[in-house]
Amino acid sequence: MSSIDVLLWSVLPYFAISSFTIGLMWRFKYDKFNWTTRSSQLYEGKLLRIAGPLFHLGLFAVIGGHIVGLLVPQSFTDSLGLSHEAYHLGAISMGGAAGVATLLGIGLLIYRRRTTAMVFVETTKNDKGMYIFLVATLLAGSAATLSSAGIIGKEHNYRETVAPWVRSILTFRPDGELIMASPLAFRIHAITAMVLFVVWPFTRLVHSLSAPIGYLFRPSIVYRTRDVRSSAGNRRSRQGWERVKY
Amino acid sequence: MKVMAQMGMVMNLDKCIGCHTCSVTCKQAWTNRTGLEYAWFNNVETRPGQGYPRGYEDQAKAKGGWVRTSKGRLRLKAGSRISRLISIFSNPKMLNIKDYYEPWTYEYDNLITAPLGQQTPVARPKSLLTGKPMKIEWSANWDDDLGGGPENIEKDPILKKLAEDVTTKVKLAFEETFMFYLPRICEHCLNPACVAACPSGAMYKRAEDGIVLVDQQQCRGWRMCVSACPYKKVYFNHKTGKAEKCTLCYPRLEIGLPTVCSETCVGRLRYLGLFLYDADRVTEAASVENEQDLYQAQLDLLLDPNDPEVLKAARAEGIPEDWLVAAQNSPVYKLAKVYKIALPLHPEYRTMPMVWYVPPLSPIVDVLTETGHDGEDAGNLFGAIDALRIPLAYLAELFSAGDKEVVEGTLRKLSAMRSYMRDINLGRTPRPEIPAAVGMDQESIYEMYRLLAIAKHEDRYVVPAAHAEQAEDLERMGQNMGCSLDGVNLGDANAGPFGQSSGNPVPVTIENFNIMKARQSNE
Repeated sequence: MSSIDVLLWSVLPYFAISSFTIGLMWRFKYDKFNWTTRSSQLYEGKLLRIAGPLFHLGLFAVIGGHIVGLLVPQSFTDSLGLSHEAYHLGAISMGGAAGVATLLGIGLLIYRRRTTAMVFVETTKNDKGMYIFLVATLLAGSAATLSSAGIIGKEHNYRETVAPWVRSILTFRPDGELIMASPLAFRIHAITAMVLFVVWPFTRLVHSLSAPIGYLFRPSIVYRTRDVRSSAGNRRSRQGWERVKY
Repeated sequence: MKVMAQMGMVMNLDKCIGCHTCSVTCKQAWTNRTGLEYAWFNNVETRPGQGYPRGYEDQAKAKGGWVRTSKGRLRLKAGSRISRLISIFSNPKMLNIKDYYEPWTYEYDNLITAPLGQQTPVARPKSLLTGKPMKIEWSANWDDDLGGGPENIEKDPILKKLAEDVTTKVKLAFEETFMFYLPRICEHCLNPACVAACPSGAMYKRAEDGIVLVDQQQCRGWRMCVSACPYKKVYFNHKTGKAEKCTLCYPRLEIGLPTVCSETCVGRLRYLGLFLYDADRVTEAASVENEQDLYQAQLDLLLDPNDPEVLKAARAEGIPEDWLVAAQNSPVYKLAKVYKIALPLHPEYRTMPMVWYVPPLSPIVDVLTETGHDGEDAGNLFGAIDALRIPLAYLAELFSAGDKEVVEGTLRKLSAMRSYMRDINLGRTPRPEIPAAVGMDQESIYEMYRLLAIAKHEDRYVVPAAHAEQAEDLERMGQNMGCSLDGVNLGDANAGPFGQSSGNPVPVTIENFNIMKARQSNE
């Protein structure tokens, strides 16, 4: 294993995890104000009506597929009596459909973003950079799906290469050799995904961490008492302007 | 019984001249920022008219407010919690900027930088959203003073709702240019649909004074509140991606000052004061079966601040003494509950709105006078109320879910007050039978006249200051109470591992009234 391989497959994963977790904590503590979906629905609703749900719901299916595919060992499904062929047929058909929906969704979303003047004006450089990593990850992931099905190159069982590698990372016993045995599409997908996790906390993607599940369980009307400490005359003094303690 | 205090407002529509001063000063104070160019926390709309945003009252389309299910429970009109969460990626009822209007500016620079030429240079309108030249086709007040004629006015959702004959009546009256103004702010409802719709729990009702606010740190921009509010008074700041709304100028109220819209109102038509209400019965009151019973149900929620039982319960809830006194002197309580001349706007939305309106009466007096009758004679006035140029049915659709008797009752009281007071002003013997005809006595009708006509600043705005001294006590408690960790340097609890300079909260006010007073008298 060359040193670049060690960096890519044993160091970058942990860098990504650290950046993702610490970045999120930092953002949540210091930049809650900008933690939002930055929705552009006020400007344009017709295209979003189709593209928004298509992309997001497709993505949920994709994420679900990843969780099952990467975290459930092949030996487990084997023990359930699920044949290798049946598993792959299911994974590729469902994953393929979800992938198509997601790609179609993001394609429409980007088209909308570029062609609706108001939405385009409000697109920041940060957004554009994020789109590059996101789309690259989605495209590489789709290519990897095709390659696992044997449509591109030779059929490949990622559950013997990529999935054990991910588990080796999560159990703190990184083994880069595992993923290096996978086709190029998988490796590119893994790298773009890791980069996406690195930048995640610093983009609008943070809104994904705010999925409002708690809404289902809270009372309808929320009451709060006045926050006396932050109200008029009681706020914390600025650095260098602290009140004299007596 | 759980007694809570609610800051409320009453607007006397008879006095509104449609000058938009409230809107302008409110805009200067709160929404003169990028992202809220299109937003008017306070707007004045001409009725009949489409309102702002266009046609917001058409709930069949807009799906704002609450509905009563067949089981007698309340549900947001937009659907169940789960169905709304699933539609979060593209809120099906979210408004488009065109429903408000596309904000613009003018190329003023062109006026002074244009090269010398044959034509006078002009300042072309330019969209504030795209920066491109645009055609101005709508705004928050496009149909102001019935502008645009019947073509625009016919789209008024209330007119559409009313029966055919009434529509023709208003159309005919249109040639006589009848209209009135309806200033609108957030209703700070007792049962707010926006709060119930917020997936993040960022919207809340302040327990002390019932003001509905958006926590800017917690809002994630799901925009469910924007569509859930039947009055469309929550706005999406398209720059920050967060919801913003009328705050009832809480930084001013907290130091005992009236809101900006009230303070600057030229017609002095706004009243501010406290209601005490029973928070335990709000849901029950909002779920009564018949829409026309909602007004009475809402009225029944308001508690008598002079009732010893109520006072005892209020003290048990920790409502301060000066707030109880303010509740007893509250002009809004008197107008809404004692005299019953202020009515809630669209009680049928089941949100229990806390901005109330005294319906307009003026035009009939003029009409009667023009026809050679004595316009202010009680007999003539009472007879003429159902012949108002603006049909009673129209006012009833606005203020009492279509119950004409309620609106007629308030208008009769207002006209009785005029007749009764005219006798006094002309030095004739006051006639007690006039107030008696509307179920009032001479003393109360005179007090009502004082409150409506004289209306001094301190009578219109009874605003008890918030209790900042509690905050000071709390702070001192932390400093001097003594603790096992005294002397141990724990550092600044707010500093955190990333230093103190980032992410400071933006102060809303610089100093409070007491601090300012102390500073002014010390130096």
